[in-house]
Amino acid sequence: MEMEKMTTLRGKPVMEGIAIGILRFMDAQDTGVASDEHEPSAPAVLKERFVQLRDKVAEEYLALAERAKGEVGSAEADIFSTHAMMVQDGDLEDAVFAGIDAGQSLTDAIRSAGEGIAAMLAEMEDEYLQARAADAREVCARLVAVLRGGSVDSLQFDVPTVLAAVDVTPAELLQADRTKLMGFFTAQGATGSHTSILARSLSLPSAVAVGTLPPQSLEGETVILDGFTGEIILSPDEDTLAAYRDKQASVHARRKEEESYRGLPNRTADGYEVQVLCNIGRGEEAAAVLQNDGGGVGLFRSEFLYLESTDFPSEETQYRVYCRLLQEMDGRPVIIRTMDVGADKQVGYFGIGREENPALGYRSIRICMDRPEILRTQLRALYRASAFGKLSILVPMIVSVSELLWVRSQEQTVREELRREGIPFDPGVKLGIMIETPAAVMISDLLAERADFFSIGTNDLTQYSLAVDRQNPMIERLYDPHHTAILRMIALVAQNAHKAGKTVSVCGELARDTALTPFLLAAGVDSLSVSPPYVLRLRRAIRNANRSEVNLNEYLQT
Amino acid sequence: MKTFEYTVTDPLGIHARPAGMIATEAKKFTSKITISKGDKSADASRLFALMGLSVKEGDTLTVTCTGEDEEAAVDAIRKLLEKIL
Repeated sequence: MEMEKMTTLRGKPVMEGIAIGILRFMDAQDTGVASDEHEPSAPAVLKERFVQLRDKVAEEYLALAERAKGEVGSAEADIFSTHAMMVQDGDLEDAVFAGIDAGQSLTDAIRSAGEGIAAMLAEMEDEYLQARAADAREVCARLVAVLRGGSVDSLQFDVPTVLAAVDVTPAELLQADRTKLMGFFTAQGATGSHTSILARSLSLPSAVAVGTLPPQSLEGETVILDGFTGEIILSPDEDTLAAYRDKQASVHARRKEEESYRGLPNRTADGYEVQVLCNIGRGEEAAAVLQNDGGGVGLFRSEFLYLESTDFPSEETQYRVYCRLLQEMDGRPVIIRTMDVGADKQVGYFGIGREENPALGYRSIRICMDRPEILRTQLRALYRASAFGKLSILVPMIVSVSELLWVRSQEQTVREELRREGIPFDPGVKLGIMIETPAAVMISDLLAERADFFSIGTNDLTQYSLAVDRQNPMIERLYDPHHTAILRMIALVAQNAHKAGKTVSVCGELARDTALTPFLLAAGVDSLSVSPPYVLRLRRAIRNANRSEVNLNEYLQT
Repeated sequence: MKTFEYTVTDPLGIHARPAGMIATEAKKFTSKITISKGDKSADASRLFALMGLSVKEGDTLTVTCTGEDEEAAVDAIRKLLEKIL
């Protein structure tokens, strides 16, 4: 069959769904000469212009905050109302006026004022406040953009549109006309970025890290964005378009149906109730957990604290992040995993160097056992935060009892230290381990006596058990989490956990695979943890499952 | 002039959001409201300056209000700090 050649780009999928629309490129913000550079104006005129400008921008931020509150929750709204206050701040005004008095153009005065405040914040000891330097720069960039004739409402579309951009800020995404914005893709960006988190909150099909954008000449052509795979199909032919329209319709129908499961218990037809929690990688995702009706946080990957830092994050920095998360989850369970750096997540300042085989190499707990201060700092921060909610601690990559005992001894030391220092913590904090290696599975009976709970990481467990490198595309088809060996392991781990009176959860990608939900429930899994958008879908599968009808042998003997 | 001391109990201290809330409240009054920590002090109506104090859990702040509505200002700021910090 002859087919017209369509071009396909591929990025990293952020939010699933199918977007079909007209390709549009985001306008470059910096289009030309600022209005104040045409002719010099008197300082008084420039100051007056600044006051009008910042009031306009503040109003727009407040409108955005209102919009965010209704659509994605109050945490997001707070960011914009803070930005509104930042543009109206007296220090900013003083600095801009001083620049004007010194003969600067309005653009230059705003820019240097922003840099001055950003520099002040960047110099602070507190890492959280250091990060606010970016906010100061962002609001000043916004002031300059509006001054140059850009409007906050610039992302208006006449027809259903798929947006292409080098990168998109959260503000740009929120203020875009989303009745017409079907999806977006960016050349840069990361799946864990704030923009990506927001895209998931908005259920906006999207892909990031596409690399190269399509040629500008394709603007106005039809484009398909597949948020499941991260594929972008440019100028699709009739058949392809029809196939994706069908897929899109079925996605819409399914979403609508899933909504009817909001607020219901995660209970099977025969009365077996499990927890459905969420996997998140940043504190900002707490809003998505609540918005998607998740029961709490089943896996908080603390790596971002290490990956986005230029040195080991301090106890204070970590403490604040954990506290905030616990406070936002308001008594719901929160399981925080200690740092899992190494393997595919390398951090320069750890000084680990290149490894031939990083998946089998120097990672997470193995690093901590050589450098106990890394784990101790994290445990202290976690324990201190435990006073503010219902915290459990999860330790990755345990392959032997002695490792677990070592972690327990560190935990004991931290508890004693805090008691001596008179720092409050929750003495009921549970400490569990990831089961993600065949070794841990085989000794799960021994581990169960010393751990408070298990969490099965099916991604690594599959890779290690089947000897299939997850990063190697040549053997992608061999990566099969449904393999009988994996299912037997899950059943064995659940059995051993229950024998010791402990609970077991599944937090890998398998947890959201609804084809296996009946099996996981019948095998005795107590809790499933998935990324926020999958909560309702999983609940639907649980409520439609009947545990007594599952024949485990069908899964374990074939 | 009215003044009072307040010890911060919130684990996060004065980060962006509380700074914004304090600044918003302070702007409602004509009195000059100053918050100091040790030898550093900030105009309470200025968010960046408040963040610049780098206030953490356990720090003791001194709030000073001077002006016609200082009585009401002290009350309002005290109530707000008790609520958010």
